[in-house]
Amino acid sequence: MATPNTQLWEVFIRSRNGLAHKHVGSLHAADTTLALQAARDIYTRRGEGLSIWVVPSNAITASDPSEKGMMFEPAESKIYRHPTFYDVPDEVGHM
Amino acid sequence: MYTQALNASDAEDRYIEDADRSAQFQARIDADDRIEPNDWMPAAYRKTLTRQISQHAHSEIVGMLPEGNWITRAPSLRRKAALLAKVQDECGHGLYLYAAAETLGTSREELVDLMLSGKAKYSSIFNYPTLTWADIGVIGWLVDGAAIMNQIPLCRCSYGPYARAMIRVCKEESFHQRQGFEIMLTLARGSEEQKAMAQSALDRWWWPVLMMFGPPDKVSQHSDTSTKWKIKRFSNDELRQKFVDATVPQAYYLGLTIPDPGMKQNESGNWEYSAIDWSEFNAVLAGNGPCNRDRLAARRKAHDEGSWVREAAQAYAEKRKSRKAAA
Repeated sequence: MATPNTQLWEVFIRSRNGLAHKHVGSLHAADTTLALQAARDIYTRRGEGLSIWVVPSNAITASDPSEKGMMFEPAESKIYRHPTFYDVPDEVGHM
Repeated sequence: MYTQALNASDAEDRYIEDADRSAQFQARIDADDRIEPNDWMPAAYRKTLTRQISQHAHSEIVGMLPEGNWITRAPSLRRKAALLAKVQDECGHGLYLYAAAETLGTSREELVDLMLSGKAKYSSIFNYPTLTWADIGVIGWLVDGAAIMNQIPLCRCSYGPYARAMIRVCKEESFHQRQGFEIMLTLARGSEEQKAMAQSALDRWWWPVLMMFGPPDKVSQHSDTSTKWKIKRFSNDELRQKFVDATVPQAYYLGLTIPDPGMKQNESGNWEYSAIDWSEFNAVLAGNGPCNRDRLAARRKAHDEGSWVREAAQAYAEKRKSRKAAA
């Protein structure tokens, strides 16, 4: 008999250095309690984190890679959004 | 992460083959772009990776068995704690890899079922028995050493989820090799019996470890396309040579003899090893190694005996969900 599928969860961990929660991987679990325990065992065996989020994978909406151009190209042509676009005279020093 | 989610484009055309897309795909690979789960990819790329990543995952899981055999008999609490942590890591590695494999569209449950039914393979090395404590040393030192040699280039593999899983695995794997080498060093510096035990383990594992890198380049089935797709960055023989060159001085340091009297160093400094008996490799792969039946039986038993836990967890989750809905 085929083994039935269990819910897939995405795991996010905030490391001790104060950065935001970061996606680290996924796992299978029946509910939130088991998902958190499994995330602890699978992704934090060496003190990798101080906080864990688990999110059902099917609750995530992702951008479509085939629409990458439409989505991200508009930002590429706007070099004036970057500090390197502007000249600061050497005499002014660091800015 | 995408098997049960993010697959909105499933119904669309991402499974359709065409020449333009194939050319675009190869151009991305050539430009060292990473391929991500929802990107278009040739069906053969998907298939090759599903096979390779899931076999890799199965190997980590089956690999827990030969080592688990010695947890209760480790010679000290320190060794026991280290071995237990190592076997837990192998389980973790299996799970990272199943998660990476799933992104290609086959669920973990299906992949596991393929292993349990004997249809999917795992590394032939785990079909050898761990007869003495020294075997645990050799597994860490050589089996994990060979695995690291193979896995480091995979951190740059073209498929993003696989490369990311390998980065995590490699970070954890170096503890395994040191743990094994320390066991070997202790035995090699011990009594005559301990030294003999270390030598005997090396004698038994040396050739099977060299076989871990797979068939020689001239007969390898999967190499050409895998190289073109940048799944594979070095050939089987290149990795095997690297491994031998790294290991010979370590064996010398331990005062152990590599069981290959014909081995010699050539002018470029590489150690040339004698011919490998590939008939043994093929026999083990075909299911006739010393422990093939044991390993599969142990995995099936664990899976079957765990089914009530999976069912209970699922039933509880559903009960809670329906109560919440009713409230």
